[in-house]
Amino acid sequence: MTQEQPRKSGLRLLIDAGRPRATRAQVIGAVLCGLLGFALVTQVHSATGLGFTTARQSDLVDILDSLSSRSDQLRAQIAAEQTSLAKLTGGTDQTQAALEEAQQRAATLEILAGTAAATGPGIDLQITDPQHQVAADDLLEALEELRDAGAEAIQITGSAAAAAAGATPAAGSVASADATPTAAPGASGHVVRLVASSYFVDAPDRSGIVIDGVLLAPPYDIVAIGDPHTMSTAMGIPGGVLDTLTAKGARGTVITHDAVQVTALHQVATPQYARPAPAVSSAG
Amino acid sequence: MIAAIALAVGVVLGVILHPTVPVGLQPYLPIAVVAALDAVFGAIRAILDGIFDDKVFVVSFIANVLVAALIVFLGDQLGVGSQLSTAVVVVLGIRIFSNAAAIRRHLFRA
Repeated sequence: MTQEQPRKSGLRLLIDAGRPRATRAQVIGAVLCGLLGFALVTQVHSATGLGFTTARQSDLVDILDSLSSRSDQLRAQIAAEQTSLAKLTGGTDQTQAALEEAQQRAATLEILAGTAAATGPGIDLQITDPQHQVAADDLLEALEELRDAGAEAIQITGSAAAAAAGATPAAGSVASADATPTAAPGASGHVVRLVASSYFVDAPDRSGIVIDGVLLAPPYDIVAIGDPHTMSTAMGIPGGVLDTLTAKGARGTVITHDAVQVTALHQVATPQYARPAPAVSSAG
Repeated sequence: MIAAIALAVGVVLGVILHPTVPVGLQPYLPIAVVAALDAVFGAIRAILDGIFDDKVFVVSFIANVLVAALIVFLGDQLGVGSQLSTAVVVVLGIRIFSNAAAIRRHLFRA
């Protein structure tokens, strides 16, 4: 109880003081408190309203300083970000260009390696050999002559061996200057793409020639993409391919085309041991 | 009780009238408000101590406000207005805190 008493007295003191009494001091105190509340609210309003109108000059200068330094910081940041953006964009462009170049090179190499079909101006060398006198050497010579003349993609078509042994196709009609813009390889026999590793072997029974493991029988049809004029000239030089064929009783006919298609593909085996070496700088 | 009611009436009046502070009073009003708050807390403490005197309250209230405003005015004239008003606010804040602590001890015995 003794502890309760002081607490009650404290509250009672407040209550007693608050009890309305019409003394002058009480009224003045009330007026002052009312003024305080009024001023409090007014100040809160003006402080939450226009923040800068009530600020002093030095405060304004401080605020301006901090704002300008902050703005400088942000400007520097913007510049840095723009630099990195430009770097990244430039990097993307470079990557894009490198990618396109690599793709172009890959396409070129595919054509050279014989793993992609190719089209372009070229010649169609048709060889009829009714007596089966054309040997592997002759075809190899023709191939090398074509390569010397700048042939970029070459394929050879021959009849199937069995068919060649029996009914010889009408070689003359094949050799006629039928102005089809593109040769029709593979229509009547086997087609072989001639690449760097191609080989020519005479078939044992002279029925044809084995090229890359495929037995081809005459008539042969070699399609080469390159400069038509150069290649046809190379075929026709005295003592050249056509003369050799004629001397053997065969007949070669060269037809130039504005567009021929080499569609036969060479199967490339994945190297078992060799791996691409890292690029060595040419400065070395 | 009358004082509390008057305070509430003042707040309501301020909200309703929404007055704009005159430019000349703008630096002094916040300091004056803090000084008055200090006087009010001091009065409550005096009531609890049993030594409250109406006259003392009125005089201390007005004197607090005037002195605070005077200090700020002086500071403005000297060019250290912001620092001096900060000092006044700090001092009055400390006093308010100590008064509030005394009131708390009286009311809650803690």
